[in-house]
Amino acid sequence: MSADTSSAIGPVESGSLYDVDNPAPLIEAPRKRTGKTPRATRGNFEMAAWLFMRLSGVVLVVLVIGHLLIQLVLDGGVSKIGFAFVAGRWASPFWQVWDLLMLWLAMLHGANGLRTVINDYAERPNTRLWLKGLLYTATVFTILLGTLVIFTFDPNIR
Amino acid sequence: MATPVLDKAEAESSASPYITVTFRIRRFNPEVSEDAVWEDFAIEIDPKERVLDGLHKIKWDVDGTLTFRRSCAHGICGSDAMRINGKNRLACKTLIKDLNPEKPITVEPIKGLTVLKDLIVDMEPFFQAYRDVMPFLVTKGNEPTRERLQSAEDRERFDDTTKCILCAACTSSCPVFWNDGQYFGPAAIVNAHRFIFDSRDEAGEQRLEILNDKDGVWRCRTTFNCTDACPRGIEVTKAIQEVKRALITRRF
Repeated sequence: MSADTSSAIGPVESGSLYDVDNPAPLIEAPRKRTGKTPRATRGNFEMAAWLFMRLSGVVLVVLVIGHLLIQLVLDGGVSKIGFAFVAGRWASPFWQVWDLLMLWLAMLHGANGLRTVINDYAERPNTRLWLKGLLYTATVFTILLGTLVIFTFDPNIR
Repeated sequence: MATPVLDKAEAESSASPYITVTFRIRRFNPEVSEDAVWEDFAIEIDPKERVLDGLHKIKWDVDGTLTFRRSCAHGICGSDAMRINGKNRLACKTLIKDLNPEKPITVEPIKGLTVLKDLIVDMEPFFQAYRDVMPFLVTKGNEPTRERLQSAEDRERFDDTTKCILCAACTSSCPVFWNDGQYFGPAAIVNAHRFIFDSRDEAGEQRLEILNDKDGVWRCRTTFNCTDACPRGIEVTKAIQEVKRALITRRF
């Protein structure tokens, strides 16, 4: 019975290119989701970052446009800028706070923006790690140096 | 006066509606070659027909090895999303005359998912993200003996996102999804939105928590690719932003 059945089946039209000894190439998934989505564990850093971008952006519009107006447009424009001009402005705590706020917000805003760009475009984990390391180092260095200068600025230097 | 008009109509109806259209299809067969290649098929077809009809003509009359998914062929099942002339569309809702048939019509599989053969991709990561947002009604307490009633206004709140057919045109047009495929993707968020804003559902908080993940809604860059790609005209990006707003207003 079984012999009859198998003899009734014709030969396969054309043999497969591949068999046990010569298997078809395995296609690896370029991307894979984990089987189960992990629960949010470390707070809501992404939400905080997203909110910070919006809020700091609004504040920065005021700070930066004001800064550009004072530095480049009003009262003689760019030609008035010199050591004395900066020293005169930083004598007032108001401008110290203005510049400090602008430094911190702009640096963190830009750094967070670049962080998302790296997250979106760096494909290999190693590239990501190095680019972010470089970014964070540069950000921390610039923020610390700028803060140091604003707080320890001495108009009677030289 | 009437005669020339009639003549003209007769001449038009006697002329063949068929034109020659070139389909440039991205072919991939892992049993033949590891590389995907473009293959051109020139076929005679009425420009008022759809791209899907062209694919059928190729598969049935020219090359039976051409592989693609389609089920209902009328824009409801969401099986035949593909990249046609560089844009994600349903082959069954795209007329050839709307695509400039003078030039070759390129047909590719949707991006960001593993191609299995020709136009077929592995949809598993897409459906995994869909399952992760719990796309089903969750309620507490006793079951009512009749329907769960809802006012027309409450129904209207999430009406837009009920139209999703899970074709993956939005998710596979999202550049953030293309990167590592870990982002939930617009389709999953749309289907979460459908239940988060449903007054009968009681797991909205849980779904919001899932989408608060680092691969959740905060990775959306509002590029609007998803809204442009959606064959059902869902305002996908708007739905994602509504989920973001819900997350922020609930917490603060």
